[in-house]
Amino acid sequence: MVQAVKNSWATFKSIFTGMGITGRHLVGPTVTLQYPEERATLPKNARARLFVNMDDCIGCTLCAKACPVNCIDIETVPTTADVDLGKTSTGNPKRFWLTRFNIDMAKCMYCDLCVHPCPTNCIYMEQEYEYSEYDRSNLLYKFSQLSPVEVDDVKAKAEAEAIQKQKEKEEKARQKAEEARLKKEQEAAEKARAADDGTGAVPAADAAKAAGTAAPDAADAARVAGTAAKPAPGSPSKQDDTQNPSKGEA
Amino acid sequence: MNETLSSMPFLPALLLHAAIPLTIILVYALVAIWAERKVAGFIQDRLGPMRVGGWHGWAQSIADLLKLIQKEDIIPADASRFWFKFAPFMMFAASYAAFAVIPFSSGYIGSMVNIGVFYLLAVTSVLTLSVIMGGWASNNKWSLLGAMRSAAQMVSYEVPTIATVLTVVLVAGSLNLMEITELQSGNDTLGFLPNWLIFQNPFLITAFIMFFISILAESHRVPFDLPESESELVAGYQTEYSGMRWAMFMLAEYADMLLLSLLGATLFFGGWNSPFGDFLAGPFWGFFWFMLKGLVLVFVMMWIRWTLPRYRVDQLMAICWNILIPLSFVNLVLAALWEMIF
Amino acid sequence: MMELVKTGADNHEMVINMGPQHPSTHGVLRLELVLDGELIKEVRPNIGYLHRCFEKYAEELQDYAKVIPYTDRMDYVSAMNQEHGYVIAIERLLELEVPERVEYARVILVELQRIASHLLGIGAFGLDLGAFSPFLYLFTEREKILDIFEKNSGARLLYNYFAVAGLMRPLQDDFKGDVADFVTSFRPKIKELEDLLSYNRIFVKRTANIGVLPAKVALNYAASGPVLRGSGVAWDLRKNDPYSIYDRFDFDIPVGTGEMGTVGDCWDRYHVRVLEMEQSLRIIEQALEGMPDEGDVMAAIPKRIRPKDGELYVRTESPRGELGYFISSDKSAAPFRIKARAPSFVHLSMLPAISKGALIADVVAIVGSIDIVLGEVDR
Repeated sequence: MVQAVKNSWATFKSIFTGMGITGRHLVGPTVTLQYPEERATLPKNARARLFVNMDDCIGCTLCAKACPVNCIDIETVPTTADVDLGKTSTGNPKRFWLTRFNIDMAKCMYCDLCVHPCPTNCIYMEQEYEYSEYDRSNLLYKFSQLSPVEVDDVKAKAEAEAIQKQKEKEEKARQKAEEARLKKEQEAAEKARAADDGTGAVPAADAAKAAGTAAPDAADAARVAGTAAKPAPGSPSKQDDTQNPSKGEA
Repeated sequence: MNETLSSMPFLPALLLHAAIPLTIILVYALVAIWAERKVAGFIQDRLGPMRVGGWHGWAQSIADLLKLIQKEDIIPADASRFWFKFAPFMMFAASYAAFAVIPFSSGYIGSMVNIGVFYLLAVTSVLTLSVIMGGWASNNKWSLLGAMRSAAQMVSYEVPTIATVLTVVLVAGSLNLMEITELQSGNDTLGFLPNWLIFQNPFLITAFIMFFISILAESHRVPFDLPESESELVAGYQTEYSGMRWAMFMLAEYADMLLLSLLGATLFFGGWNSPFGDFLAGPFWGFFWFMLKGLVLVFVMMWIRWTLPRYRVDQLMAICWNILIPLSFVNLVLAALWEMIF
Repeated sequence: MMELVKTGADNHEMVINMGPQHPSTHGVLRLELVLDGELIKEVRPNIGYLHRCFEKYAEELQDYAKVIPYTDRMDYVSAMNQEHGYVIAIERLLELEVPERVEYARVILVELQRIASHLLGIGAFGLDLGAFSPFLYLFTEREKILDIFEKNSGARLLYNYFAVAGLMRPLQDDFKGDVADFVTSFRPKIKELEDLLSYNRIFVKRTANIGVLPAKVALNYAASGPVLRGSGVAWDLRKNDPYSIYDRFDFDIPVGTGEMGTVGDCWDRYHVRVLEMEQSLRIIEQALEGMPDEGDVMAAIPKRIRPKDGELYVRTESPRGELGYFISSDKSAAPFRIKARAPSFVHLSMLPAISKGALIADVVAIVGSIDIVLGEVDR
């Protein structure tokens, strides 16, 4: 009986303690933020949306490789020798047209892994958080600054240059083969001359002459090809072009 | 008001008699649902509804009501259609009918029957029936469990409710709620306190505490909200209900809450009597005081709801049968002895 | 009409489906309850509704660093702890030295996350029992922790903040001040929680002597964390198998004492969490004192992580228990196998054993008291 009374008393006491606490909260301040009227300012570190500053992008595709969900889709086309895209604000030279730079924000998981590898700090998270869309396709952000026409143009140009380069290469290879052949012939002729002195001198001299005329021709051809590849002065050197892998073309 | 009504022809008088409590219930339900959400909000450091209607979202309940009316009336394929449809209306009818004997002010009472208290308690037991009806007809196991719980709970807690009400009746000597209220007029207790019954007899204070616990259980409020405890039984007997039928359950529940609070105000706190004697008395002010007293009790119910966890079903039964029922009968006897001696 | 299970002559049993869309199954857990009235005859947990192939995907990613954001998503309530365990495993695999400042910052962040996780666990537990308001009070406190996290890492829930041998972003200048402010403002809230919930008689009635997990059973099921400590076993990996710099701090291991009922009941498991928050505050205070103000947040690490051939198992104390990562490496850039030992999964397996003979309402309390996160159970 005494125990029951004690228990009831403890129950009532704890109930009144609880009601006292809730009562204090009842009159206390509220923490609600009336959203559309009041907006929280996110700290400058906040990761709410991916953004790419295309002026600084050099098309290295490191971000696309770092992405665990593959939401970054980049297509690059090497610049032709007649164009200079300049340098980024960090001083890296830009050597690619970015014909496609899409980020699918519906896929993005805001992990921040793409931000760190970027050599020019051009891909980063911004604080904008109100970008809901009715259509999911609107969440595919297209950052490329080229219009479809320009993209076609750039691609065609790059392709032409690639074909030109291919030709050059073939030409060089041909030339090399020719030279090797001539050298071989010459050597063979010399050998023959050495073998039977006097009798084979005239045809051997003829062969040497023919080789002599052929070589300047090939050199001429090479010079012509060189000027064709370099019409505009001040363009990046040919050496650079050959160094860049033509990723977009593949 | 009653005089005016009695002088009127039968049919208009009947309609008016029916309309007055209905209006009060509907307006109250809209306000109370809004208030419940505001109280919950402020207790939890939130704001509650703020959008609809401008000032603190006062029109939120109206908007919700309009939404509920427009919703599709879904009846589960395997449900017993007739009983499923009938249950919410029966529940509301039961609590609405009970308002007939509540003396809203010195000038108005639905029916001046001599067995008012008895009638009220009898009619409200129909609530149990409708809860079981709804739960069983839904053909859902969760609903059935909820219905079974509430049947057990409401039947059990009716006993201490009646025992405590009986204590008041014993002191007041009448079953007519209007007469009980009139008995409490005046400000003579200890020279300044109103003549409310709760101040008349020390055992009525304990009776009131037990009465309040019982009506919390009767109207399914925390900590006794087991029939619809949302974290256990999803929504109990209301699980399969939606739209207007669900709104009827809701309305009936809030009406029940008001009914029992008003009953408490009548029995213990002087009904429509002004706490200041003749100051601010009269039929209109009587109505004001009466509703105020009822709403204060409703507010306390809300306050408790947002503070406490809920009991388990066997603990609930234990409280009723082991503590409340024996205590309330002992209390009844002691109150009677007190009346006999003093 | 009702699905009845025939068991001999007795035909009173009813099979009822709790979840996956049930308010108190903490996500998408599905329980099949075999009931006799409201009495539980049998509980059959069904999992897999949140399975996201974490372990397989970790192998597919071809990069150890790319797995870190996925560890966040296992136990999304305590993402920092998940990352911590994983980066420690990688660091041990590569035998890397972690800068002092980073170690301290990690401990502070992880302990804050432990508090945040316990706040949610306790709040949801109260909510399961019908107490709504404590849940929101605790949520308000949790928001403050998340604010600190957001300020430094940039995210509020899934941070990806711990990098191998460092932190992804430098700490903000006022990091220490923010944390110290939180610690001072949070202490009184624990007291309020104790008054409002822990010692509320109705709450005690609902939790004491319910779902009793004896120490022996807990050890047999390989329970860990607050669940094991609730059963009275003082086992905390931060003390018993110190990792990171935990051996430098002075803190206690709170254990269940059966203050309100039996040792190992729901109340003990709940209260161990409350006491642990206080211990976490102590660790944070010591770490704030010891943390160097200046220093790198990133050690020099190889650009491509290619560990040696071998395998290792690293266990850390997450808010839910022993979180283990088993990593098997075959010299390539991709892990050969990553296995996560999730405490929630282990604890969920005890549910049938400890909820037999309880009521439906008790099952809700038991599930709440073992504080499972379904993301971790299903992975």
